[in-house]
Amino acid sequence: MFKRRPLAIVFALAAVIALTASACGSSSTTAAASSTSPSSAAPVASTGSSAAVSSSAPASGAATSATSSASGSAPASTDLTGCTPDALKTKTGGKLTVATDNPAYEPWFSGNTPANGKGFESAVAYAVATKLGYAKADVIWTKESFNAAVSPAPKDFDFDINEFTITADRAKAVDFSTGYYDVTQAVVTTKGSAIASAKSIADLKGAKLGAQIGTTSLTALNTLIAPSTKATIFQTNDTAVAQLKNGQVDGIVVDTPTAFYMASAQLDNGVIVGQLPAGSGTPDQFGLLLDKGSSLTSCASKAVDALRADSTLAKLQTTWLANAGAPVLK
Amino acid sequence: MNTPTSTTTASGDRWTPSEIQLQRLAYRRSRNRRSTLIAGSSTVVLVLVVGWAIVHTQGWPRFRASFLDVKYGREVFVGILKGLWLNVRLMVVCEVIILILAMLLALARSLRGPVFFPIRAAATIYTDVFRGLPLLLVLYLLGFGVPALRISWLPSNSLVWGAVGLILTYTAYNAEVMRAGIESVHPSQRAAARSLGLSHGKTMRHVVVPQAFRRVMPPLLNDLVSLQKDTALIAALGTPYYDAVLQAQIEAQTTYNYTPYVIAGLLFLALTIPMTRFTDWIARKQGWTTAGATV
Repeated sequence: MFKRRPLAIVFALAAVIALTASACGSSSTTAAASSTSPSSAAPVASTGSSAAVSSSAPASGAATSATSSASGSAPASTDLTGCTPDALKTKTGGKLTVATDNPAYEPWFSGNTPANGKGFESAVAYAVATKLGYAKADVIWTKESFNAAVSPAPKDFDFDINEFTITADRAKAVDFSTGYYDVTQAVVTTKGSAIASAKSIADLKGAKLGAQIGTTSLTALNTLIAPSTKATIFQTNDTAVAQLKNGQVDGIVVDTPTAFYMASAQLDNGVIVGQLPAGSGTPDQFGLLLDKGSSLTSCASKAVDALRADSTLAKLQTTWLANAGAPVLK
Repeated sequence: MNTPTSTTTASGDRWTPSEIQLQRLAYRRSRNRRSTLIAGSSTVVLVLVVGWAIVHTQGWPRFRASFLDVKYGREVFVGILKGLWLNVRLMVVCEVIILILAMLLALARSLRGPVFFPIRAAATIYTDVFRGLPLLLVLYLLGFGVPALRISWLPSNSLVWGAVGLILTYTAYNAEVMRAGIESVHPSQRAAARSLGLSHGKTMRHVVVPQAFRRVMPPLLNDLVSLQKDTALIAALGTPYYDAVLQAQIEAQTTYNYTPYVIAGLLFLALTIPMTRFTDWIARKQGWTTAGATV
């Protein structure tokens, strides 16, 4: 009798597991069946096909950028009627209050003085103000930290311009205008390195270059430059900077805003070799940040669209970014 | 195996088991069959039940799509296999150096006599330091620290410094394993060897170390398997040499599909499990398993 007990235990155990599993299993299958919402349908649709899985990420990225830009540019008109200082309900009537962080960094601002109109974002802010019909003297600058600006808290400004990348998550808490800047990729190196004086992408082919894993920078490095030696892959940008300082790599690819920060702050003698031409993917965009549901959002977007249409943005980019040390490589 | 079905005794006359012995044997065989059957069926039932329960969870389709995508797995398999080749080469080169250094270190720690105090102390400090430091920290310090010194004749290759970091850390572990092995050899062995006129060096070489080495084979293999997996940590330094894990990471981070990680894991298992069985087999064949090891 004792000898048979293990067998009985095994079967009892199996029965218990089977019962529990069937209970869980049936309830979960009914749950899955009852919620035939898009969320549960999506994974089923992509089952077993890598193409579907891999394409879903760019697709959703495109979708978010589409929604973010849909707010103002749907008709893609540069019709600014109704966007006048008289019609706009700004914080201070007849004035436009613009915020940015303190300190404000080069090349986006100049000398930590946003009001001087120098630097890319300062210039864009004044260009937007002009489009909306404000005189330069009607623009009031105020200071707002980056993190406070992207929080859902009430805003003391009409719009904030501080290298805000438009993301779907942030857009839940604040409004964004359409993008005034498409983030490009740039090659950073140190003075005296082999590629410090490179003038074209061809000059970079033989260099030891690296980028952070899983970033658009790495994709740009592999597709746009396609170096002859394999790309050095970093887990973080800090390790990339460390290797660049040690001369273990000739240069690293990062997005242009990071490149400016690295060249000026992280590296002692950092140099931006140049920006890479736009790749095939949808780039990140910088947008003006406004209070959630602000009445100014559509006008701000229209102004930005108008500036893009009359190629003012492109000119400002050349003046304040390309000519400020990040020429576009061919 | 050693059941006396029919054997020849020393005198040569044929011995046949009695009726009762045959019954006994038949009973034993039937019990054996029965337990094999029970073990087999309970295993099958358990596997089926667990498998069924997993397949019927709510997230199973999502899980299968992102972790068990066979088609995508086939695409990335060759790349990861090539990466694994780097892990294997690194492991072999490092392990050879580690075993030599660890043995030297263990011997240094087991030197007797007050004259050798500095050597003993140095070996002890080395072991304490490198066993205590997290491996990742050692890798960072060597991989970024040494090239920062800008000594022109030293290599600045991250692979070299990563390997050095692995060697330094694992030497410390293995030296302790070997010291334990050396100390586990009974003092009478040493005494016997010395009384036969062998010097300390010869005692170590011919008597102590061979016995010690056999005893520490399993823990050494432990460290070897661990080393093999830790070769993937070199990727933390930033490297143009893609090992299996980094290759899987590159794929997974561009497609958000984790099948490459599963593949890399399976490849590592496919390497370590046969290695373990092989070493066990060698040990058995050589009769290395001592009474102390089998109990």
